[in-house]
Parts: sequence; C-alpha cells; structure tokens
Amino acid sequence: MPTLYQQFMQSMMPILPEAIVIIVGLTVLVFDFFIEKERKSLLGWYSLAGITIAAYASYTLMPMSGVFFGGTFHFDPFATFFNFVFYIACGLGILVSINYLEVEDIHRGEYYALMLFATSGMMFMASAGDLIILYLGLELMALSIYILAGFMRGSNRSNEAAIKYLILGAFSSGIMLYGMSLLYGLAGTTNLSGILAFLRVADLSNPVIFLAMIMLTVSFGFKVAAAPFHMWVPDVYEGAPTSVTAFMSAGPKVAGFAVLLRVFLYTFEPLREHSTAILAGLAVLTMAVGNVMALSQTNIKRMLAYSSIAHAGYALVGLAAGGPDGAASVMLYVLIYAFMNMGAFGVVIMLRKAGERGEEISDFAGLGKTNKTAAFLMLIFMFSLTGIPPLAGFIGKFYIFKSAVQAGLVWLAVAGVLFSAISAYFYLRVIMVMYMHEPKESIELSSAPSLALALAISVTAVIVIGVYPTDLLNYARASIAGIM
Amino acid sequence: MIPLSWYIILSAALFTIGIVGVLSRRNIFIILMSMELMLNAANINLVAFSHYSQTLTGQIFVMFVITVAAAEAAVALAIIILLSRNRGSIYVDEFNIMKG
Repeated sequence: MPTLYQQFMQSMMPILPEAIVIIVGLTVLVFDFFIEKERKSLLGWYSLAGITIAAYASYTLMPMSGVFFGGTFHFDPFATFFNFVFYIACGLGILVSINYLEVEDIHRGEYYALMLFATSGMMFMASAGDLIILYLGLELMALSIYILAGFMRGSNRSNEAAIKYLILGAFSSGIMLYGMSLLYGLAGTTNLSGILAFLRVADLSNPVIFLAMIMLTVSFGFKVAAAPFHMWVPDVYEGAPTSVTAFMSAGPKVAGFAVLLRVFLYTFEPLREHSTAILAGLAVLTMAVGNVMALSQTNIKRMLAYSSIAHAGYALVGLAAGGPDGAASVMLYVLIYAFMNMGAFGVVIMLRKAGERGEEISDFAGLGKTNKTAAFLMLIFMFSLTGIPPLAGFIGKFYIFKSAVQAGLVWLAVAGVLFSAISAYFYLRVIMVMYMHEPKESIELSSAPSLALALAISVTAVIVIGVYPTDLLNYARASIAGIM
Repeated sequence: MIPLSWYIILSAALFTIGIVGVLSRRNIFIILMSMELMLNAANINLVAFSHYSQTLTGQIFVMFVITVAAAEAAVALAIIILLSRNRGSIYVDEFNIMKG
C-alpha cells in the first residue's frame, strides 16, 4: 500500500517536466540575489541545465500517455513533441542571450526566470485538455514575454514594443475569453473532449458556434502572427531586445500552432468544412502580407519579422490541409522553423556591438570578406528560410505543400510556391549585400562560446534535417496519431 | 428569476463598449480599463451560464480570469510607468518611433 506521499508524487508525474521548468525559474530568482553582477551568466548556464533535465524527464516519461487531472491535462506524444520544440527554442534562446545581455548591459537574473516561465506556459498550452488550462498557459506565456519585450528599461524602443505587444495581446486574449465563455455556454463544459462531444450532436447551423470559433481563430491568429492580425509583429520584433525577438519568433508562435492543431483538428473536427475555408483564407493573406511587405524593409529585424509572418502563412497551409499528413507537416515545419530562425537571429546578435546598432541590412556589407564564418552561417540560414534544397527549410515547405495538394487544395499550394519565390528576393538580398558589397569599415564581431554553440547547433540541425528528414517526419506522424 | 438573455445582452453590450474603447481611445489608462471591461463581459457570461447550466466550471474559470487580469494590470502599469518616465506621455498615438 503506497503512502499518501507516494500517491501524491505518482499523481503529479504528468506535470513533472513543467514543474522542473517552473522550479528552476523560481530558484533562478533566489540565486540572483547571491550572484554578483559580473557572473550573471552562471544563471544562464543553470537555466540551460534545468531545461536539459526537463527534456530528459519528458523523454523518460514518454511511455506514459493519457489524460490526467480530471481531463484537464493531456500527456500524449503530441504534447511531448511540442515540449521538445519549446526546450529547443528556450535553450537556444538562452544561449544567444548570455552574450547579448552582457553587451547591452541588461544582465539581470529575472531574464532567465521569465524565459523559463514563458516556456512552462507554452508547455501547458500544448498539453491543455481544458479551456481553463489553455487560457492560463497562454497568459503565463504572454505576461512573461510582455516583460521580456520591455527588458531594456532605458530604451524608448523597447518600452514602445512592450506596450504595443501588451495592448494588442491583452485585447486578443479578451476576445478569446469571450469566445470561450460562449463555447462554455453552448456546451456546458470547458473540457475539449466534452466540447467535441457536444459539437458532434449539435445543430451546426447555430451562428453562435461560428462566432465562438471565429473569436478563438482571431486570438490564436494574433499569437502566431497571421494576417490580418499581424500589426504588432514588426514593431515588437524591432523594438524588443534581439535575443527576446529570437525567442519570441520561435516560442509563442509554435505554442500557438500547437493549440491551433489541437483545437481545430481535434475539438472543432465536426466544423471541418468551415474551418478549412477560414484557415485557407488566412494562409493566403498571411503569405501575401508577409512576403510582400518584407521586400521593402531595410532593418534586418523588421525584415525577419515579416518573414516570420510569411512562415506562419506556410504553416497555416498545412493546418488548412488538415488530416494526419497536414498536422505532421506543420509539426515538422515549426521545428525546422525554430532552428533556422534562431540561427538567423544568432548571426544578427553577433553583429551587435556596443555603441553601434548593427541591425540595418547595410551593416552586413562586406561580411563575406571580413568574417567568412559568420557570412557563411547567414548564407545557410537565408537559403534555408528561402527553401533551397538540401536545407531543412525546403523539406518543411515540401511536406506542407504536398499535404495541401493531397487534401485537394492545389490552388493553396500553388499560391504558397509563388509567394516563396517572391521571398527569395529579400533573403538573397542579404546574401548579396554580404558578398558583393565592399565592407564599410572593419566590422568587429562580438562572439562568445554560448553564441557559437547556439549557431553550431542550429546550423547542424538545418543541414541534418534537410538531408535526412524521414525519422523526424515519422516521429511527427506517430505523435499525431493519438489525437486524430 | 432574471432570464438568461438579460445577462447575455448585458455582457455583449459591455464587450462592445470595451472593444470600441480599446480601438478609439488615446489615453492608455482608458484603453486598459476598456480591456478590463472585455474580460468582465466574459466573466458575466461565464457566471450566468454556470448558474443556468448548474455546473461550477464557469465560476472556477472566473476566479482564474480575475487573477490573471490583476497580473496583467500590474505588468501594464509597470510598463506605463517606464513609458511616462522615458517619454513623458501616456497617449498611444505618440508612441510612434517605429513605423512601416
């Protein structure tokens, strides 16, 4: 007969990875008091160790699968897959931050704690089996990232980014909450499976069901930066500290897709016909806005912001295609996207030196002559973002468009290919500036072991996944089997 | 007993006022208050549905929403203090360093 304590620990096992991340975050706040200003990078390495332990916990707990805490928490392969993407985003985010915070003189312990809290929020979002958990995970993530966006307290740009993100983020979560209240009123439950059971038997001509679905779409559209809800993205990405931008472009967006996949392909499955039309429309608009607006940008962070909008569009194509193939291609895509985007931002951070901003595309002039390694890494990431084989970006887009064609959405796949042809212009322009323009002055790069490690991991992943994607795709397919 | 539709009409009206307030006001405090209105509109809905469907989930949800709204207000006020220190303004149309 197990003791009460053992029973308690046993029942808490499903949230062990989340608990580890939160506890490490809390201890970072405590240790922060005892570590002098010059050695704050210790906290970064400590957080990284915490993330690694949480990843190990997720890995060992993988065989356990099911619904826990009264149906509010799914511990399934789907959630575990996304948890690994969040560990990668958070781990790489911490690695690119350590040196950057030093350069910007904003090295404070809260930074790492907030990143860990945001990560745990994302993990809860991916595992949520109930609207309440979904809402709380989303707010935990969003509140942490509002603060991170304004982390450069003295900088006007950073303040402005934080307030813009907060106003639009809170506005969108207000809309989502109203949609959730309508769903609760209709179904009488906030449980995702309960809502599915309700929708199976409900009269689907009821306009309130669509109102609720559209309100949820609007709010998740905000989180994944889909047009026409993308207005905050360029400003926030430009104003926030670059390391936060890197994390923001990978973490919350992936979490948004995790929720979209679970809610649209699982809970809203009876509404499939209508949701496909909405998602396909969003996808086309998002790809168009992202790729066309990126053409005229001169600031690299702004350009990458529009590029991240465009990539949300590609992932939405897979979501509109639906089915196990579409879902698996979206999961593969967001994983690849996290690696290549983190890498691109890592190179941008390398260029940043105290005093000069290093954020204009013209600052890359002549990098191919002055620093061959950095230029070559940027070349790889830009090629991958464009989708040039044999790099990972190509594989991601290939499976997305393949699933769209198989689902009968040929026009959507054609639109996606056309828009990615447009995207070649602004990605390749960076390469052109690096290799064909003369260096303005000698560029000294700020490099550090942590940054080098992050770039090495990203570039290896981009190349390896590009050459050998089969196992990863099969893993994504196997993960999706549980919920569809 | 008050019919359910009255609550829904009240909450829809509050929600609309909130949305219009966020979109049309310049003063950041009024924008924040409008956002609180939107959250509270949802809260009214949740409590009303909870009462009429005789399930407690909605009322539990409301407790969490109130807590989150408080946390959100704390973060928002902290950012507004920074803005008014650095910029000397709390009007959103003056926060326009970044554009395009």
